Amino acid sequence: MPQDIQSFTLSNGLTLLTERMPHVRSTSFNILLPAGAAHDPDGRQGLASLVCDLMTRGAGSRDNRELTDALDNLGVDRGESSGTLNVQLSGAMLSRNLVPTFEIYADILRRPHLPEDELDAAKSLSIQDIQSLEDDPQRKVMVELRKRYYPDPLGRDQRGTIEGVEAVTIEDVRRQHAELYHPRDVILSVAGELDPEAVKKEVERLFGDWKPLPRPPMRVATHVPTSGHIEKELDQTQISLAFPSVPIGHPDFYNVRGAIGVLSQDMSSRLFTNVREKHGLCYSVYASYESFRDRATIIGYAGARPELAQETLDRTLEEFRNLVNGIEEEELDRVKIGLKSSLIMRQESTAARAGSIASDWYFLGRVRSLEEIQASIDGLQVEKILDYLRRNPAKDFTVVTLGPAALKH
Amino acid sequence: MTFHQHTLPNGLTILGETNPAALSVAVAFWVKTGARDETPDVCGVSHFLEHMVFKGTPRRDAFAVNRDFSRIGADNNAWTSEENTVFHAVVLPEFLPHVVDVLADIMRPSLRGEDFATEKKVILDEIVRYEVQPGWASYDLARKNFYASHPLGNSILGTSESINALTRDQMEGYFRKRYLASNIVAVASGNFDFKRFVDLVGNACSDWPTGEVSRTNRTEPPGAGGMHLVTKPADKVAQEYVTLIAPAAPADHELGYAGSLLATVMGDYTGSRMFWSLIDPGLVDEAGMGIDECDGAGAYYTSFNSDPEHAEECFKIVRELLDDVQANGITPEEFLQAKTKILSREIRAGERSARRMFTIAKDWVYRGGYRSVDDELAAWDAVTMKDVRAVLDRYPLSNQTVSAYGPLEKLS
Repeated sequence: MPQDIQSFTLSNGLTLLTERMPHVRSTSFNILLPAGAAHDPDGRQGLASLVCDLMTRGAGSRDNRELTDALDNLGVDRGESSGTLNVQLSGAMLSRNLVPTFEIYADILRRPHLPEDELDAAKSLSIQDIQSLEDDPQRKVMVELRKRYYPDPLGRDQRGTIEGVEAVTIEDVRRQHAELYHPRDVILSVAGELDPEAVKKEVERLFGDWKPLPRPPMRVATHVPTSGHIEKELDQTQISLAFPSVPIGHPDFYNVRGAIGVLSQDMSSRLFTNVREKHGLCYSVYASYESFRDRATIIGYAGARPELAQETLDRTLEEFRNLVNGIEEEELDRVKIGLKSSLIMRQESTAARAGSIASDWYFLGRVRSLEEIQASIDGLQVEKILDYLRRNPAKDFTVVTLGPAALKH
Repeated sequence: MTFHQHTLPNGLTILGETNPAALSVAVAFWVKTGARDETPDVCGVSHFLEHMVFKGTPRRDAFAVNRDFSRIGADNNAWTSEENTVFHAVVLPEFLPHVVDVLADIMRPSLRGEDFATEKKVILDEIVRYEVQPGWASYDLARKNFYASHPLGNSILGTSESINALTRDQMEGYFRKRYLASNIVAVASGNFDFKRFVDLVGNACSDWPTGEVSRTNRTEPPGAGGMHLVTKPADKVAQEYVTLIAPAAPADHELGYAGSLLATVMGDYTGSRMFWSLIDPGLVDEAGMGIDECDGAGAYYTSFNSDPEHAEECFKIVRELLDDVQANGITPEEFLQAKTKILSREIRAGERSARRMFTIAKDWVYRGGYRSVDDELAAWDAVTMKDVRAVLDRYPLSNQTVSAYGPLEKLS
């Protein structure tokens, strides 16, 4: 079945991506808008998340209650969240409800009430979100890692700070919305049972006269990553680490995917086998990759009982360092088939497709076809990955731990 | 989509739902055993055994098991609950024979002593991993408080003490009693040929032993009632976690749909009564109500976590919401909205092979039959306001066992 993916960029800069999927009755959408936490003014950390929350508390002709009821009556499952750079709004519903849903989202994005009398409630939720991080040690250590590893504002946690949230006024919220919520560089992707021409017409009707503004470039501070330890009486030490990689779109990108796959694709990969299976050191250990447009990072995580934490860290770092010394053909073959299988299996999910095509457009300015991705995976070779690793050895680790005692590294 | 069913001479049930349009095939071996089937001396054995199943057989060592899943690109995993232990994998259609070969093989594990000793350490770490997450710890505790001595209150992971004390021979004894062909369902959904699946499973599993498998104490627990408070220092647990549990309809009960609909009206993540009373005003950032449908018993879970100073206020609101719905029921608008949400979710869930696989197996194990997506939609459509009233009368929400976990020294 050939893919039917189309893109339309409206004159105001908003890009619509559609993928028609056979054999489904549902449609999912995904909206990426550059208004994430990195845009929060100094002293107002947490503003992006507050704007996100308040946008759905009344918009257009509907108040808070009517808006939620309208979406619930259409059976739309949805979420809004701020990331570091982007705000993301997503939803899934039966295809026949797509147009009325988009009418509501046009109100949410363009005509939110941002009601002052709801601000305290939104702030209270944000503060609890920050506080509850203390009860989730794994998420907590990842927040602390990014804070120490990335330069500001890239290392910011979208939850912000308690002081920042408390300082926000309704004028801050409205100013942030007025300055950042406009169509330039917005990506709206839709996947499912749909007619691309009809969707395009509706999107032009609902968003065509949305006025764009300039988007000033973001200033990123200069910064040297620092390791650290956060002392807390915990029965499990949380270990996180980070080191630089190359971003999505870089010629070496697939070599990185291959390398990460050898380390951490599944239960036969090196971290799981050598740290968990052979030595029983911990339940959870993995490596992952995350990318901005201009830089990327390899992340590692392990959680282990305190008496085993040092050995867990040592062995985990050893696996990262050792990769350059050789990869078996058979290991890479498994990585390839795993990548290709998950690529195809994700085609069953409208939400996964809406997310993938938006991500491609964001990073590459185009949507890769299945064939192109498959060919790139097929093109992976042990020697090319090792060559990449020789040029970009795993070193300069930033290690952040949370637990009863600091570790050596 | 077409349903198929076959039973091997040794009692192993084979189920399939074929969908030629699917891009994958999902396969599982579903063992009807879990924490409730454990005696106190082997607390946690079902879950530990789930891990040991991946440690190999006479044909494969642990690495070979993982490697053989990996080289067919399988998305595979396993889980253990109070009542079931399930091993599952999703693969591209051409790998059906390979995935049945690995899955069926590992269901007869060697349980080698050395692997047992190494994996014990992983289980001990998994136990502390959950202990340091108050959301999980409080849920486990709340179940124990509600079920009291009923086996549905058994801990899935067990405790560090019970796992330390467990021997390989005890595990093997449990395996021999519970992993009999007559207690296992092999299920597939997606793009595959059912006859082929039956042949593959038949070839691999026909020599599995069979026998009687029983489950003790299938009574409906009344719930212990009362308030159970565990105080933790604030530097260890920041939020207060409050869980209310009340008896609900068992999985095969005719009022089950009405009970789920009621839980959606009360505690869905959006638009529910708890959403409007607790989350929207900013009192708590997590609150909800769900239903756990088990074999012969069921339970409503109503929970929230809040900063300690607001816990009492929130607790009062939750009790008022429960009292109000018990006395006055739900409105026609709420009824329709909950139905719309549920139908939309059912249809979308039906689009994924892996989701269908679990639903088909669960319907068969708990209700003794098959239901297509359309049957399921029709069953939801048939629920009436009267059914919601009936389920409230039969399983009143006033009968709650309350558990609180966090810094508070009292909660009233």
